[in-house]
Amino acid sequence: MIIHRLALKSLRNRWVTALLTVIAISLSTALLLGVEKVRTGARQSFADTISGTDLLVGARSGAIQLLLYSVFRIGNATNNIGWAAYEDITHHPDVAWTVPLSLGDSHKGFRVLGTSVDYFTRYKFRGTQNLRFAAGKPFDDLFDAVIGADVARALGYKVGDPIVLAHGLGSVSFVEHGDKPFRIAGILEKTGTPVDRTVHVSLAGIDAIHVDWQSGGRVPGQAVTADEVRKMDLKPQAITAAMVGLKSKLATFRVQRAINEYRKEPLSAIIPGAALQELWELLGTAETALGAISAMVVATALLGMVTMILTTLNERRREMAILRSVGAGPRTVLGLLVAEATALTAAGVVLGPCLLYLALALLQPYIDANYGLHIGIAPPTATELAMLAAILVAGILAGLLPAIRAYRLSLADGMTVRT
Amino acid sequence: MRAGLVTMQATAAAQPGSSRAIVAVSDLAFAWARGGFALDVKAFSLAKGRCVLLLGPSGSGKSTFLGLLCGILTPREGRIEILGQDIARLSASRRDAFRAEHIGVIFQMFNLLPYGNVIDNVVLPLSFAPQRRARVAAAGGAEAEARRLLGRLGLPEDVVGGRTVANLSVGQQQRVAAARALIGAPELIVADEPTSALDRDRQAAFLDLLFEQAGEAGATLIMVSHDETLGPRFDDVLRLDQILSPRGSVAA
Repeated sequence: MIIHRLALKSLRNRWVTALLTVIAISLSTALLLGVEKVRTGARQSFADTISGTDLLVGARSGAIQLLLYSVFRIGNATNNIGWAAYEDITHHPDVAWTVPLSLGDSHKGFRVLGTSVDYFTRYKFRGTQNLRFAAGKPFDDLFDAVIGADVARALGYKVGDPIVLAHGLGSVSFVEHGDKPFRIAGILEKTGTPVDRTVHVSLAGIDAIHVDWQSGGRVPGQAVTADEVRKMDLKPQAITAAMVGLKSKLATFRVQRAINEYRKEPLSAIIPGAALQELWELLGTAETALGAISAMVVATALLGMVTMILTTLNERRREMAILRSVGAGPRTVLGLLVAEATALTAAGVVLGPCLLYLALALLQPYIDANYGLHIGIAPPTATELAMLAAILVAGILAGLLPAIRAYRLSLADGMTVRT
Repeated sequence: MRAGLVTMQATAAAQPGSSRAIVAVSDLAFAWARGGFALDVKAFSLAKGRCVLLLGPSGSGKSTFLGLLCGILTPREGRIEILGQDIARLSASRRDAFRAEHIGVIFQMFNLLPYGNVIDNVVLPLSFAPQRRARVAAAGGAEAEARRLLGRLGLPEDVVGGRTVANLSVGQQQRVAAARALIGAPELIVADEPTSALDRDRQAAFLDLLFEQAGEAGATLIMVSHDETLGPRFDDVLRLDQILSPRGSVAA
């Protein structure tokens, strides 16, 4: 088509501004698409924080609160679960396994989790991924600790290093369990979940450091040394929460109801997936804001294109007059400018995703390792394709603006350009 | 060539409707949309094969009149018959197509698309004019015909083959514009002060070549200028005020 050839040649004549415009459009397209990919990646990562666990059980509270303190280590439990109640749940005929979670202590700002060795096999994330050890192995001594990747990196710990746990949750605590130091037995690989920021010890270890404590303080004159505590038969009295796996998913609601109606203690059982979904909804506003900002960036880029075409319009009135004189109709002039806007936008819309995929290919392992955010490199989804189409349509519509002006000018100019 | 001023009566040989008239304008009224300038033409005609000079001072409406003849502007009323076709009655797109097919235009300056090469600029009208395209194809193809015309108009071979028109002198640009107007042999060549940017020697050389090629193609030529000294070179010379209606050319 002659009109396309003309539009391209004219563009090539102004290649510097055209190139900058295309770069602006492609960068903004890449940004919009990138935000979308990060958004879906974050949502997926978030939803994948914990999987394979059918129910989370804690003292009676709201689902989100229970999820926050038991999985995300945010906030505190209102109450504990008695050991007897935990045993009852474990022996429920539909329950396949349980993992106790005991929270309340910290180490330099990182939460300490008392649990069983099963935790390392039962806790799953991103569907079916297990925790893996970057170094060392699960705890087997009373004073062994397993630390998450962020803890190891932030504090520079290696396997074998001694650490002292602090009572309570502050990063600077004056009440330390200095008499019973722990030794790092293992370091976990990065997961992108709160596990990375957790110090794991055995449930017995938690009891051991509190054996000579009562209601939040040391009992004077009753100090028990680390060696003495090894000889004691430690039986936990209470835990904070528990992960529960069922023999059949079909039993989920039955077991949930049974736990919620447990007579001896007020307990809550939640389905992690549903609670995660509920929590994500709360965060949805930020998600919308992010999308809105990137849409604005695209609008700015298109506005830049319109400005670019409009500013060249005056010097191109001569060009339009020549085209008119050789028989081109005002509609051809209109079409020429719309074609130009279309070509620029289309180039940006094609180049943008290419840039994004290139950036993803380069940065994906880094993002995964450092932020625990897994952004899949997949062909554009229907939503993303619809976004690209919307940008193209917006570009064509924006191109109509200078085109209509050129149309009017070429009608008004006649033979001579009177500038 | 015959010299002298030609009055309205002198062009009566080609009255409106006459089969020999290639252009016949009558009772034309035009005003720019934003006011300021109006043009009324009682009668004007142009005989086939003539080279006519239309004289008028700057700002007298010469270019507006040419715009009307080419169908780029539309009159408020009146007839503009070109080759027997009243282009004032045609739809805008038919009028554009008519211009593409039958009229070659040369501007005063800046005739060329800066992003095309010489050949691109010459063959440009063929994209909009199937008949001219067919004629050129029969004569050996668009590029060959463009090269032939440029050669006849005296443009050096190395300039013709150049990749850009940006370095052409004004005289060379006008020759390229003339070749573009002539390619495919349209019946009417309309030139708007095509020599005003040239010095006197080049004016003469350019006009001689233009007349020669127009004559070879059997085209009728109308050129407007404010320069009376060009008169002797033309078949006929008209003054714009001779063709305007008595009620005057300038109306607010």
